[in-house]
Amino acid sequence: MSEKKHAISSPIDKQESITWSRVTRRTFLCSAAAIMAFVGAAGRLRAATSMTGDQRAMAMAAADPVANYVAPVPMTLQVNGQQHQFLAEPRLTLLDALRETLHLSGTKKGCDRGQCGACTVLVDGRRINSCLTLAIMHQGQNITSIEGLAQTSSATPTALNTTASNISQPVLHPLQAAFIEHDAFQCGYCTPGQLCSAVGAIQEMRDGMPSAVTQDVKAIQTTFSDAEIRERMSGNICRCGAYPNIVAAMRTALIKST
Amino acid sequence: MNSFSYQRAGDIASALQQIREPGAKFIGGGSNLLDLMKGGVERPVLLIDINQLPLSDITVKPDGGLRIGALARNSDVAAHPVVRGSYPLLTQALVSGASPQLRNMATVGGNLLQRTRCGYFYDTAFDACNKRAPGSGCAALDGQNRNHAIFGASPQCIAVNPSDMSVALSALDAVVNVEGPNGARSIAIADFHRLAGDTPERDTNLAPDELIVSVDLPRSRFGDHAHYLKVRDRASYAFALVSAATAFDLDDGVVRDVRIVLGGVAHKPWRAHAAETALRGQPFNADTRAEAGRMAMSGARPYAHNGFKVELTRRAVERSLALAGGVQ
Repeated sequence: MSEKKHAISSPIDKQESITWSRVTRRTFLCSAAAIMAFVGAAGRLRAATSMTGDQRAMAMAAADPVANYVAPVPMTLQVNGQQHQFLAEPRLTLLDALRETLHLSGTKKGCDRGQCGACTVLVDGRRINSCLTLAIMHQGQNITSIEGLAQTSSATPTALNTTASNISQPVLHPLQAAFIEHDAFQCGYCTPGQLCSAVGAIQEMRDGMPSAVTQDVKAIQTTFSDAEIRERMSGNICRCGAYPNIVAAMRTALIKST
Repeated sequence: MNSFSYQRAGDIASALQQIREPGAKFIGGGSNLLDLMKGGVERPVLLIDINQLPLSDITVKPDGGLRIGALARNSDVAAHPVVRGSYPLLTQALVSGASPQLRNMATVGGNLLQRTRCGYFYDTAFDACNKRAPGSGCAALDGQNRNHAIFGASPQCIAVNPSDMSVALSALDAVVNVEGPNGARSIAIADFHRLAGDTPERDTNLAPDELIVSVDLPRSRFGDHAHYLKVRDRASYAFALVSAATAFDLDDGVVRDVRIVLGGVAHKPWRAHAAETALRGQPFNADTRAEAGRMAMSGARPYAHNGFKVELTRRAVERSLALAGGVQ
């Protein structure tokens, strides 16, 4: 397994390359503003004696985000079989870690609030919304993004191509192939999320998980209707309305896999 | 999202110590908390990640009941063979909530603590929300209140609890086990969530320094006749306009005991005691189901835009009972 180290990425570091011992004009102005704001906020908040400790702590943080800035911490994520070490703030979501820190921009940011499913990735084989979870919470887990769905395998040398005996080429995941076969996308923005979600959904069906349209939740299902596929994919929105083709692609993949 | 510090809790004792830090909050699945933090509604200064705690197991208790760990994911609870077989109501309620991705993240403890989806609470552009900023007023009272309460509301807050799971747990007589600085205690589900009253900022009776560790279900009594009916604006992935959890057992066609609990209509799961009383000891038929539906609406008080909920809920109760009894 290879390992990648990433440059520190935090708002402060992005501003300019600085060493902490050197005070630049920019860092001086930022700190001075922070100190002034903190002094002002602390004075006002001390006056509000009716607040609980909790309320006061949260109000202080709200009043002065700069003074309450939490520095980046080291994190290690395992994405698509590759280990990545980097420094990031605890508030970094898994979605932003993938896109902004690791530059795996295949995972898309739609609503960023868990309502559209564009950010769906697989963590230890289960689909989740990467926008509503923190990167720091997923250290030590196997994260699969859209970039990791296709398998890289050695191509079989052919008679016409005898010189290139060891060329590696990606083999599409059966669902990716089915999406192409059924034209299951138009603009493509939601597609990475649809695909990761579909991989998770088919696994959940194989595991016998019930859904809201399952007639008898006591029975383990072995066959799945289009209504089941639609319900299980309801967490992924497609503004182009490719739904019928997504259902067809999943139906094909389900049949081929059983 | 505001900046915050992050710590991982290694065991329950340290988690209870860490939560004493002012401005600290536990994070489990995070699907509600991080959403609220992105909107600026919640601003913790320290998050304590409890996902390493050994609270994910689902085990059958010696008395025949079921103990569900607070960190069990909603999808795992819904798919658990004992839950499906003996508490199908809970499976139905869980799979009707959120999306599969969110159910893979969301925990049982977090679902119990899910905050209202009232738009005025969620959107900090509105100044008036007693739940978010105590004393600021209630914008929903004279605003858009189509999704709001018809039971038990107060002039301070007319928001509703959004959880489907909690409605089912109420019908199943669940008990919430918590641990805090003074030791462990158990809270009956009926006493767990609060009505808004004069303190709408408090959704539950859980103290800020307490941790939910598990939920207990008594031995199943309603496994054969139970149904969770959820009515919403679209077919899937939406919060309930209203929902009706019904569960009962029959003795020669007569209802021996029954639970009727409503969702989407109050600040907490709303137990329709009058409807239960009307049905208990009665033969199970269309007339008694209709009467239960009517009785379930005793004391309903709609606001400007949610009058439709009264008729909708009455019908939901009647239909949920029919489906629970195998009547199509």
